[in-house]
Amino acid sequence: MTLAVPNETFRAVALSALLLFAALFVWQLASTPSGGGRTQGLPGPAAVATVTWEMLSEPFYDRGPNDKGIGFQVLSSLGRVAIGYSLASVVAIFLGVILGLNPILLKAANPYIQILKPISPLAWMPLFLYTIKDATGAMILVIFMSTLWPTLANTAFGVSAIKRDYLNVAALLQLSWWGRFFKVILPAAAPTIVAGLRISIGSAWVAVVAAEMLVGGTGIGYFVWNEWNNLSLTRVMFAILVIGVVGLILDAGFTRLARAIAYIE
Amino acid sequence: MGAFLEVSYVSKYFPDPSGRGMQCIFKDVQCGIDQGTFVTVVGHSGCGKSTLLNIIAGLERASAGGVVLDGKEIDAPGLDRMVVFQNFALMPWMSVYENIRVAVKAAHPAWAQTQVHACVLKYIEMVGLTDAASKRPAMLSGGMRQRVGIARAFSVEPKVLLLDEPFAQIDALTRGAIQEELVSIWMRTRNTVFMVTHDVDEAILLSDRIMLMTRGPEAEIAEVVDITIPRPRSRTSIIEHPHYYKIRNHIIHFLVERSRRCDRPAEAMSHHTGGIHG
Repeated sequence: MTLAVPNETFRAVALSALLLFAALFVWQLASTPSGGGRTQGLPGPAAVATVTWEMLSEPFYDRGPNDKGIGFQVLSSLGRVAIGYSLASVVAIFLGVILGLNPILLKAANPYIQILKPISPLAWMPLFLYTIKDATGAMILVIFMSTLWPTLANTAFGVSAIKRDYLNVAALLQLSWWGRFFKVILPAAAPTIVAGLRISIGSAWVAVVAAEMLVGGTGIGYFVWNEWNNLSLTRVMFAILVIGVVGLILDAGFTRLARAIAYIE
Repeated sequence: MGAFLEVSYVSKYFPDPSGRGMQCIFKDVQCGIDQGTFVTVVGHSGCGKSTLLNIIAGLERASAGGVVLDGKEIDAPGLDRMVVFQNFALMPWMSVYENIRVAVKAAHPAWAQTQVHACVLKYIEMVGLTDAASKRPAMLSGGMRQRVGIARAFSVEPKVLLLDEPFAQIDALTRGAIQEELVSIWMRTRNTVFMVTHDVDEAILLSDRIMLMTRGPEAEIAEVVDITIPRPRSRTSIIEHPHYYKIRNHIIHFLVERSRRCDRPAEAMSHHTGGIHG
């Protein structure tokens, strides 16, 4: 008699389910009001599940500025991310290619990049609010700042590491600057660039929630802050779940992209 | 005056590794290559023969002297010269087809898509890779990759083909087959070819003329050997030629014994060794 050995995927899925149940159990324990009556306790899994069902069954309702469906909130956050992220990515890739192709320029610019990189994008918020006097614009610029550096640094690194041979072939074939850019430099550095873009989309999603909590009006971050003010922790926890799931989907998209542009030397 | 490809008094200096002054790689290299001939430089590794090839390609600058191709001085890369690289230098993110197409499109920017397509297919067929056209280089053996490199170089229809130790990274059995393919392609196209190698048999099989380079630093072309073994040649037929071993021994003797600069007879520069004629 031999026992069928379950394959790795099956075991991983089973373990995942186990972890989920353990987490739900701990959550349930933590949310059960303790005798002292000091707090009401956190909302439990069941309460959050109910709210999740409610909110997801009607994602696009609009009952005034402080009460909109979760679909609207997520879309408005994603819209801001899309604008700030796209602008920053284009700028970062372009600058990164120029830096990557000019070792001396890269060396000269590197100290400034290293100083600017660790600054929390939210620290720029007051400056942006003061200069452009527009909350939405300031939020987009915060997202811009949050995504600029990882992509820029990765692009510069990826381009500077391109094998001399590929650039030599481009030179022999007399490719134009743009021909060289699109046919050789971008595809050659694409794996490193996409790794940067993937880090950047994560930072952008983190930044947008915080930015909206500060100056929102709409968006998932604003939703969190608004529900905190309404003392609806159940909805706050629901929003946390939504933020996580959207982040997961964004990241999965980039995993796919990375697979599509990967190449073997 | 003025062969098709004229290398005149080309020298190359690199900064000395010790940081003091410049080191001379090779000095006053001079040669003329006639249109439609296959000329090979043979020398020890490190004598600067690949650097010389890169200077002709326009990828490196000569420290002194110049190169003139078909009446025009070379100071940058151009589509009139194409290199077959030792390590193939294929774009790994492109298929065989795309690797050749990028070259064909670069050489013929005005061509219509169908014209480009037909040309790409022609060169893929020339090297027998029709079945592998959609594969990426990583899926191919070293020999197949260099076939792509050869097809890409020919597809540009350059005035001069530059072969930089093209078979050095291919396993010995495949190497012979590709060398013969190259012979037969060249017999049809009669391009002007400048090759560098350290493989004496390869040089004899392929070349009309072999230039022997001394060891660096301050390497020079010490001798020119005309290979007059009649074509078509094959690996098996040339070794039966009465002069084959005479030529081979002469070159190997040079590489082993005489390639040190101090041993070079003063008058040997650009002296054609007579007597070795087929």
